[in-house]
Amino acid sequence: MLAKRIIPCLDVKAGQVVKGVQFRNHEIIGDIVPLAARYAAEGADELVFYDITASADGRTVDKSWVSRVAERLDIPFCVAGGIQSIDDAQQILADGADKISVNSPALSDPSLIDRLNDRFGRQCVVVGIDSWYDADSGRYRVKQFTGSEASTRDTGLDTLEWCQTAIARGAGEIVLNVMNQDGVRQGYDIAQLKAVREVCSVPLIASGGAGTPQHFAEVFQQARVDGALAASVFHKGIIPIPELKQFLLEQQVVVRP
Amino acid sequence: MTVIIDTGCANLASVRFALQRLGDHPLISADPAAILSADRVILPGVGAAQAAMTQLEQRELLSVLHKIEQPLLGICLGMQLLGASSEEGAAPDNPIRLPNLLPLHTARLKADGQPLPHMGWNTITPTEHPLFAGVVAGDYLYFVHSYGIAEGPLTLASCTYGSPFSAAVGRGNIMGVQFHPERSGAVGARILKNFLEYPA
Repeated sequence: MLAKRIIPCLDVKAGQVVKGVQFRNHEIIGDIVPLAARYAAEGADELVFYDITASADGRTVDKSWVSRVAERLDIPFCVAGGIQSIDDAQQILADGADKISVNSPALSDPSLIDRLNDRFGRQCVVVGIDSWYDADSGRYRVKQFTGSEASTRDTGLDTLEWCQTAIARGAGEIVLNVMNQDGVRQGYDIAQLKAVREVCSVPLIASGGAGTPQHFAEVFQQARVDGALAASVFHKGIIPIPELKQFLLEQQVVVRP
Repeated sequence: MTVIIDTGCANLASVRFALQRLGDHPLISADPAAILSADRVILPGVGAAQAAMTQLEQRELLSVLHKIEQPLLGICLGMQLLGASSEEGAAPDNPIRLPNLLPLHTARLKADGQPLPHMGWNTITPTEHPLFAGVVAGDYLYFVHSYGIAEGPLTLASCTYGSPFSAAVGRGNIMGVQFHPERSGAVGARILKNFLEYPA
């Protein structure tokens, strides 16, 4: 039976792993390769590396660490951040990444998703969506350039519609990052993830809000996501992965022991 | 020497790194002489079948595949390329023709309404075969694919996602795995080690 995936996310800035609260006040967590190797050894099912500054600065991701990670890691990993072209993606995949994730550049030019799919196949193409619950309109809306507070802009796009567009164009997986929940550890946004799950025919990864093992159990059982991504609870040792997986198994959630 | 066939559209680096972690020093090459003089050969693959076939044709590797008498392991799309035909990117009644080293057909997975691609760690049930020495039913391996090969006489290991399909196939020196052993932790490493030790 296909296991639910536990996915630590390592936000990368200038070759270091960092993590902030609601995309601000980044603190350095440590060097990329040892952290990645530690997560793999502890039972992480996959890793995501986000260069959180890249899109806002108009740069591509610093690729020098990708092959160092690939050399060491024996689980899949995805690289995100400022991938704007086929050439950017080609280099990262050639260096050993399994998937590339696009977010802001795909919003600026949705045909990027089609071109990535045509060249590398759907299974390599992840579309990240930074989604925001707008209490005034009661809608879920997509934000762009979220690398810094100053650059963040509201696209006016509806999250459910953008998700469907991305899949139609060739996304093989959706990572839904709920910005209201990011870094505050109050739980995943189950209502929003359920709504997206209804329209998402490809694997769906929940991101933003994990604080306790119970939050993981809820998002798998109630929102039926394929994976759950989290950062601070893993980096800070609040939830050790082996304990999380043991808890999920006890809750009848299928995970790889 | 292990040679990883340079298909141009494959995730070559991660296969090379996985073999290096096992102490092997593989060569990535599209040179027919290098491929045919290797101790064993790996055909990796990600992406679409048609794109991979075009690469193999342009590099004049189709005839080389048929001459390989050493142990040959296809990985993911590389496994499907060992077969005769694939529906991927084609009409079901007019499939893409593949090299036909093994009489196998690749079709879209019948996922029973679950998300596609089939992406993540799934359990396999291996048969008694040297490639799966030390691997037991229920071991997890990493899969990423929307197309697959149904179970049949050449199935070496089974997996289920909505419906059963071949997690591995083989006959004689020719073997293929649908999962990514290079990204499947200790179990995947064991399978690659078994391949490196497979009698030539």
